[in-house]
Amino acid sequence: MSAAVTEQVMHLSDTAPAARRSHAVFDRSFRVLCMLSAATVLLVLIGILGSIVYGGWPAFREFGFWGFLTGSRWNVAQEVFGAWPAVAGTLLCALIALVIGVPISLGIAIFLTQLSPKWLKGPIATAVELLAAVPSIIFGMWGLFVFAPLVSQYMQVPLNSVVEGVPIVGTILYSAVPSGTGIFTAGVILALMIIPFIASITRDMLDQIPSILRESAYGMGCTTWEVVRHVLVPQTAVALVGAVMLGLGRALGETMAVTFVVGNANRLSASLLDPGSTIASRIANEYNEAGDLQLSALMALGCILFIVTFSVLIVARLLVARIGKQ
Amino acid sequence: MTTANTAMPETVLAPEEAHWGRVRASRRIADRSLKLICTAFTVLGVFVLGWILLMLLFEGITALSPAIFTQVTPGPGTAGGGLANAIVGSILLTFLGIAIATPIGILAGTYLAEYARTSKLAALIRFINDVLLSAPSILIGLFVYTFAVAPLGSYSGWAGSIALAIIAVPVIVRTTEDMLRLVPSGLREAAAALGAPTSRVVTLVTWRAAKAGIVTGLVLATARIAGETAPLLFTAFNNNFWFNTNLMGGVSNLPVTIYQFALSPYGNWQQLAWAGAFLITITILGLSILARYVINKDNAR
Repeated sequence: MSAAVTEQVMHLSDTAPAARRSHAVFDRSFRVLCMLSAATVLLVLIGILGSIVYGGWPAFREFGFWGFLTGSRWNVAQEVFGAWPAVAGTLLCALIALVIGVPISLGIAIFLTQLSPKWLKGPIATAVELLAAVPSIIFGMWGLFVFAPLVSQYMQVPLNSVVEGVPIVGTILYSAVPSGTGIFTAGVILALMIIPFIASITRDMLDQIPSILRESAYGMGCTTWEVVRHVLVPQTAVALVGAVMLGLGRALGETMAVTFVVGNANRLSASLLDPGSTIASRIANEYNEAGDLQLSALMALGCILFIVTFSVLIVARLLVARIGKQ
Repeated sequence: MTTANTAMPETVLAPEEAHWGRVRASRRIADRSLKLICTAFTVLGVFVLGWILLMLLFEGITALSPAIFTQVTPGPGTAGGGLANAIVGSILLTFLGIAIATPIGILAGTYLAEYARTSKLAALIRFINDVLLSAPSILIGLFVYTFAVAPLGSYSGWAGSIALAIIAVPVIVRTTEDMLRLVPSGLREAAAALGAPTSRVVTLVTWRAAKAGIVTGLVLATARIAGETAPLLFTAFNNNFWFNTNLMGGVSNLPVTIYQFALSPYGNWQQLAWAGAFLITITILGLSILARYVINKDNAR
């Protein structure tokens, strides 16, 4: 191969002036093409922001930014649109996903880097990464057909009989419709989806810690827990937060899996186990049949989603990048 | 290495008591519970993955039949039918998406790695690319709807493949740049010393050296967009018949078909959804494994 390349490259230096000029033209246009392609990445970001601001403008003008954000009614017939139920649903689902997903991801990462026998490391790491490649509709179908009935049968029905009438706990955990779909179920499915993501980033970070640090701690007689708590966690704290935020960014914007299991209710319920909706699920559900103002309201929802997810992702990338540079 | 650290004392000092000696009970309990919890979480993770895949295998294989590949999607409640139009549509959309994304992604990655490694603009583009890697795909659907569906007043396969391409580009840019950075600069310098302009160095030397890695990036990008549903909902939409050859109007595709059929109350539609889900997951997992294999082979060389 290299001989052929050398020949081709050599060929350039002894060509006629005309040919050399055409090479120069190619060289310049290749550079411009590369630059333009890189610029499209910028254009896409500007295009996304521009199109949803443009599309959402009528809704923001009609209800005002704060009025739209805090409005709690979403009534298609009366053309009154408020984002709060969807915004709150999005935040709640993501919160549940983090509460469940983060400890499990850290557990898997610690198991893979500190505890696992060598022969088990590869297969588990591969399995976790394959889980990340499974498309979100598959998680949605599993959630709808397998997980939701389980939630209904083993969680909502027994819980209802226990917490009914109890103040506060009764409000948060009583499900008016024990169908299995709801904010909680969506949060669990989201947790499953972000686990492989957070686990593999965390594992990479733990692997990057010089083993001499770990070995000296073990040499002093530290237990595995003490090594994790006093050596590994302080070393990776910033990047860990970054990894968790990357997972949060995923969870906030995830659409299909959530649409399957969230129940798609227009109203915000005080109970975690009742159906609700998220920004993404509402857009997916209503967009194709929406009237003018509704379309704009959905675009405005997209705008809020953009602001929230992109701020989270930007902070996350900055935190992760800081570790990479060290 | 770590495993040797923790496992060795246990094998040398077989009785548990001897190993722990005078260690305070609280330390021992903290250590035990950490190990127990981490192992339990890993088992749980692998168990759920296995559960999802086995369910998919079971439901998918029972629903599979030759008709899936030969007949079009049936109407509501009608018996029989297959997914032929959705399968062909999905392959077409994914292929077009990758065909649009490949030149843009590779050239942009080349710009970042070869032309502007240290410039501020490149740093900004690199950062935005990383953010776009995990951007919500539904927002990309809204964007493409605004400029490619709303003005024409009709869904189209073109809009769908543009949306998929926008999702694929960041993946390709990232892997291309990473792979080009791995190429030793001695190769570039040698080519430049022979009098080759940068474009020749890139196309004849660095691209060739990084070929396996770049191809892996393309495979990963294909795997990424093959199962995307959200951005297709308002761009390619769906269609229960064979789509127009000019790709205007709704183009049937597997992800949206699975979504609509799985949520429908009809038994045979749900069956078809399982068959489609099975096909799509097998394809994506196959592509991911293929990508790994290519990377490993490249590293081994």
